[in-house]
Amino acid sequence: MVQFTLPRNSKIITGKTWPKPEGATNVRKFQIYRWNPDDGKNPQVDTYFVDMDTCGPMVLDALIKIKNEIDPTLTFRRSCREGICGSCAMNIDGINTLACIYGMDEIKGDVKIYPLPHMPVVKDLIPDLTHFYAQHASIMPWLETKTQRPEKEWRQSIEDRKKLDGLYECVMCASCSTSCPSYWWNGDRYLGPAALLHAYRWLIDSRDEATGERLDELEDPFKLYRCHTIMNCAKTCPKGLNPAKAIASIKKMMVERQL
Amino acid sequence: MALMTDRKRVIGLGSAKSGTDHFWKTTVTAVALLIITPMFLFSFGPLLGEPYADVQAALSRPFPAVSAALMLIVGFYHFRLGIQMVIEDYMQGLSRKIAIIVMACISYGLMAFGLVSLAQIAL
Repeated sequence: MVQFTLPRNSKIITGKTWPKPEGATNVRKFQIYRWNPDDGKNPQVDTYFVDMDTCGPMVLDALIKIKNEIDPTLTFRRSCREGICGSCAMNIDGINTLACIYGMDEIKGDVKIYPLPHMPVVKDLIPDLTHFYAQHASIMPWLETKTQRPEKEWRQSIEDRKKLDGLYECVMCASCSTSCPSYWWNGDRYLGPAALLHAYRWLIDSRDEATGERLDELEDPFKLYRCHTIMNCAKTCPKGLNPAKAIASIKKMMVERQL
Repeated sequence: MALMTDRKRVIGLGSAKSGTDHFWKTTVTAVALLIITPMFLFSFGPLLGEPYADVQAALSRPFPAVSAALMLIVGFYHFRLGIQMVIEDYMQGLSRKIAIIVMACISYGLMAFGLVSLAQIAL
């Protein structure tokens, strides 16, 4: 059943306010979600002040600065710092995005940072993406063939290769799936926009020979048809992709093979 | 929590191999309602507040009667399909199944009630 209020032990309380940097004239306020599984306390929002004159332009720069100079216990994932690994996905200023490519100049007022919504939290800004990754694995994200392997490569025309543009760029950051209300309510069974975008990437691949099996696996009231074209996924995708369109294309293929 | 792999949790009971039928019927009835709704509004709307004899005379003619009948049949069928989707979204377990049955009874009941009423007026 849908829950419209947080359980008592998940209610967010006001946390610690860290001191402002001395002598700084260009200071920005950060409000960051904190939760430690080991202390038994409720989640809290800590307040930090960052000297913007000595900080890089992206939200991730500020997070790294806070961790290095103010509070080393602040926990978050990051790796490539250029929007290609998908590690630093979080909810910034109400939008699921990648901290490394989200400029602080795009945010008015205080910078509010939370973990990706509606996922179990491991610690602070780190969501547990175990189920999300298992869903991705379930759509068989690889080239499936039955014809004997050619001596060289599986050939593909330039036109067919172009069909993969706007699909292969997904970095699996989970911003889209965790912005989807259908995924919030039924994420245990609904595959979500990211997994379905990947599913379509292989369905539309001219070299793949498991199209029928892939469609069979997806044809389900929950795995696929929980998508109600809400479009949050397309709005939030930090890579500018359109999972909703990919899902609509899968639905179209489902109808195509019946009519 | 049951001890099972993440993959097993995702697979669940496997694909139902259905859903396209529901999706297609919803689409078809939605397109049909795009035509039926204006037909119904233009034929039935002017009758509101008119004397019973005038309404009876109007609904005895084929176009208003067919428009009203189609509105009842397609409208309530579309409602049943749509409300099932909403129930599946927001409810779980036994309550989900009971709610789907109850709403199907209400939808088809209202459809039958409307058609009988229409027949009584028109015939």
